[in-house]
Amino acid sequence: MHHSIEIHNLSYTYPDGQRALQGVSLNIRPDEKVALVGPNGAGKSTLILHLNGILDGQGQVEVCGLDVVKENFARVRALVGLVFQSPEDQLFSPTVFDDVAYGPLYQGLPVEQVQARVQEALAAVHMQGYERRVSHHLSMGEKKRIAIATVLSMEPEVLVLDEPTAGLDPRSRRSLIELLRELPMTMLVSTHDMLMVQELFPRMVIMDEGRVIADGPTQQLMDDEELLWAHGLEKPR
Amino acid sequence: MHIHFLDPYREGSSPLHRLDARVKFILTLAFILTVALLPVGVWPVYVLLFSLSLSVEILSELGLGYVYKRSALALPFVLAALPLIFTLPGRSLWTTSLFGWTLSISQAGVERFASIGLKSWLSVQMAIVMTASTPFPELLVAMRALRIPRLLVAIFGLMWRYLFVFADETLRLIRARAARSGRAEQADLKTGGSLAWRARVAGGMAGNLFLRAFDRSDRIYMAMLARGYDGEVRSMPMRPIQPVGWFVLGTGLLLLVSLLGLALLLTV
Repeated sequence: MHHSIEIHNLSYTYPDGQRALQGVSLNIRPDEKVALVGPNGAGKSTLILHLNGILDGQGQVEVCGLDVVKENFARVRALVGLVFQSPEDQLFSPTVFDDVAYGPLYQGLPVEQVQARVQEALAAVHMQGYERRVSHHLSMGEKKRIAIATVLSMEPEVLVLDEPTAGLDPRSRRSLIELLRELPMTMLVSTHDMLMVQELFPRMVIMDEGRVIADGPTQQLMDDEELLWAHGLEKPR
Repeated sequence: MHIHFLDPYREGSSPLHRLDARVKFILTLAFILTVALLPVGVWPVYVLLFSLSLSVEILSELGLGYVYKRSALALPFVLAALPLIFTLPGRSLWTTSLFGWTLSISQAGVERFASIGLKSWLSVQMAIVMTASTPFPELLVAMRALRIPRLLVAIFGLMWRYLFVFADETLRLIRARAARSGRAEQADLKTGGSLAWRARVAGGMAGNLFLRAFDRSDRIYMAMLARGYDGEVRSMPMRPIQPVGWFVLGTGLLLLVSLLGLALLLTV
């Protein structure tokens, strides 16, 4: 039995000398749903970009039992569905169909299978019938859902989301939270939405200045208001 | 995660960095104009101009390696002058026949090609030194001071400001594509798709960037209107050029004019 995500002593320095990660270690079991919180610039996004080799720092990263090293990048990218913060980045094709089909098509799956994957992915995010729509003209909430569908179509084992509720109105946010609750895979979600963390994630990891500050049951950490405050967070009321 | 490599400006405190941007701008233009006006094959003057550019580069403390590496950018453009070697009439140096064509290299052609190559290389070097030793906003101010149409300068400024935003956006898009470019578990599938499909995806990305740039320009314009923009670009009054600036400007222009005169004397 392997962990879904195993990170050991990971460090990363940006080319301009900024030390974004300093010895981060983190293990996530299959089917676990974990929230990653911390102030802006804590290194959350940098950490996330290491999970499928977009960034390549010092240390060990293993995903679903595979070393995240150059030879495995292609395989790892199919296993880890990475949803970027801005759906504008995620949706780069003319139509919704093209975007959702990108992953399966890149993998070289036969056409019928690609069709089926797209239908399943759109159904999973409750966006059936949007295939021919132009991504550019969708609402923010719709774009977020399509962005998630674009990785679901790869049938990933792990879903990693960067600030999924940022910029959503309350109704879109609510329906996105319900969507995340329905999805069965292992999940690591970086967010500032502490209410969502409390509601959805049994486990919480606090990062600050490129380090893991605390890692434990959400309820327990939420009760330590001093700790939260020290790292730019606030307990929801 | 930002792109910095686009900005040619390099921090420094050399005499050249401290020189008034207006003086640098005029002298660079004058240098390029002089080089362009020089007749073909006045090698002594070329050597003098080269030593001038070399001294300016040493004075700028940018490092000769840096300037020469960047100036290699000019090389592909020089190739446009390559046919001259064969087409100019003159004493033939070497003749060959290719697919029934007779090609002959003339001495006049070689001289012309070498002159053009050398001249463009010198001009590019000066432009590199100017942009590397002057922050772009100061260059904009200099352009405005020299009565270049304000609207044009404003367009340069906006382009410069949003070029980086655009480059960042492109980088994020490419990153998002990489994140979804995976391999399935079955080993026998050919990953990557066909060339035509990949071209279509890249085309979609380009179209997307275009749409977003379009939207962004609308938003920027509205933000400008919201702050009272009425089509007229205003700017702060400029400091007068210091005596040192005038001195450098005068000496520089005099030097360039005398070099031009020398070249004319040599060709007569």
